[in-house]
Amino acid sequence: MAVDLTAVTRSDVEEFLYEEAALLDAWKLDEWLALLTHDACYRVPANDTPEAQPTDTLFLIADDINRLRARVVRLKDKNAHAEFPRSRTRRIVSNVRIVSRDADALSVVANFVVYRFRRDERIREYVGSYKYVLRAVDGALRIAYREAILDPLELGSLGSVSLIL
Amino acid sequence: MNVSTYVINDSAAMDFRVHRGALADPAVLDLERERVFDRCWIYVGHESEVIAPGDFRTRNVGGRPIIFARDSQARIRVFLNSCRHRGATVCREVSGNAKGYFCFYHGWSYDRDGRLDGVPGQASYPPSFDRSQLGLTEPAQVDTYRGFVFLTFNPQALPLGDYLAGAKEYIDLIVDQSPTGEMEVIRGVQEYDIRANWKLLVENSFDDYHLMTTHSTWLNYMKSSGVEIKRPEKGHLMPSHGIGKALGNGHAVIDNENFRGRPVAKWIPLYGDEAKPEIERLRAELVERLGEARARRVADTNRNLVVFPNLVLNDGSSVTIRTFYPLAADRMQVRAWALGPKGESAKARAIRLDSFLTFYGPGGFATPDDVEALEAVQQGLATWREVPWSVMTRGMNKDGEQLNTDEQHLRAFWIRWKELMEDGTAAGARDGR
Repeated sequence: MAVDLTAVTRSDVEEFLYEEAALLDAWKLDEWLALLTHDACYRVPANDTPEAQPTDTLFLIADDINRLRARVVRLKDKNAHAEFPRSRTRRIVSNVRIVSRDADALSVVANFVVYRFRRDERIREYVGSYKYVLRAVDGALRIAYREAILDPLELGSLGSVSLIL
Repeated sequence: MNVSTYVINDSAAMDFRVHRGALADPAVLDLERERVFDRCWIYVGHESEVIAPGDFRTRNVGGRPIIFARDSQARIRVFLNSCRHRGATVCREVSGNAKGYFCFYHGWSYDRDGRLDGVPGQASYPPSFDRSQLGLTEPAQVDTYRGFVFLTFNPQALPLGDYLAGAKEYIDLIVDQSPTGEMEVIRGVQEYDIRANWKLLVENSFDDYHLMTTHSTWLNYMKSSGVEIKRPEKGHLMPSHGIGKALGNGHAVIDNENFRGRPVAKWIPLYGDEAKPEIERLRAELVERLGEARARRVADTNRNLVVFPNLVLNDGSSVTIRTFYPLAADRMQVRAWALGPKGESAKARAIRLDSFLTFYGPGGFATPDDVEALEAVQQGLATWREVPWSVMTRGMNKDGEQLNTDEQHLRAFWIRWKELMEDGTAAGARDGR
């Protein structure tokens, strides 16, 4: 069934984001990559500059699709020591809103908490908001842009953000 | 605690060992605050972070909250962020431009030059109350080298230039990449904690011995993007030649032939074909300005510099300023910034920042594994009473050139640390070199 972006409801978007979160929590990273457009990008801005562009501001992560694919290759390698043994994560996605739409794209925002568990560590709670641009590709919703903006004023004990937030 | 037993340095027996208590025992940290951090020059920030009169940034330096600012004459100033009345911080924002500083507790106010200019109900103070003596306190000394601002709480510390010793040459190499002769800190800070002793990050920052195993996924990424990673020559561990060098006063550096690309100015396939003309243009500018030999020195080597005790300048995949301070014996706070030439083209700036993220930072392809390594070390160090020593003798049997995968430069740090920690005298405090 083809997706008509002008008719997509919040409930459709929620369903899509929940599916995405489930794939990431299950470490099904290749399946997750399949949800992205061929020109997708993924960004995590620095804590002190949440509204910025990576061409003139230092980010924590600013991946184009090539580096994103390389990131997945890395995360699947047991020599990605920061994620070996792998963290367990549990994502809560909420407050989903479609903030604008046209025939080609939906702009979506949502809140998230990503709980991250590792041995010998306290829980790390990554709290923030997502910005998405979703497009319809071959009849399905796909992610063209994904930004995870962290709320903590300092990253502090959250440390590594090498996992996909 | 007997600090003299924490580092064994016996060149005749080719024995160099660090006692793991130095990294795990909370009592050591208390002494370090006094004998290392309160005596040495400590990095505050870069001149470019505050420009106009009244510009300020608050941060924690050497365990103290400070205000890094430009005063009414746009001179660089550092004020201790504590009201002279009861001690509350007088500036509670991260950055901005201030007409002055204000303590909301009882309403004392200070001007941009730190002078106390307002005291509610001053009439109730006796004549002994002297407003002119109650300005914001400044560290014993503040000085700048090529844009890098340092402070020391030690009135007798050597002048900054003498303190920096051989590190100056390596700071010059960084600044030489700028056609304007000035570098600037780029917007956006990376802040993260590492649950490990701060000295482990000193070691890690210029320890090339760990590259091949800790960062194999980064090397694979480089390879898959088309970057040539040569097989190390016989007896070597790295894809290119590199040396480790002590620079005096505990500062040291690794100085490597570049294989990983440099925004100024060594193109690698990872940057993409569209970046090639810009990198070539930057290189031509370097050659014209500095001559072929110096241009090659600037563009074709990458260097990780440790300025004792807690500043790291990496001039590699990008230029990073990294500083860190212990929160506890087993925990540190890290701050990292990107540094670029002032007046750099938008295109070159974008390449620089993109290149930064391939390796460095809490979301990069390498730093998270360094963090993991340091935390794994700190966990293992809980055995320090049973397994007390770490061997640090690599290269000790060699005269002359030491490799970046040897440990002479690590030993230089520890030798200076040992000198300062063992010297409780006034002379030691005066020294503080």
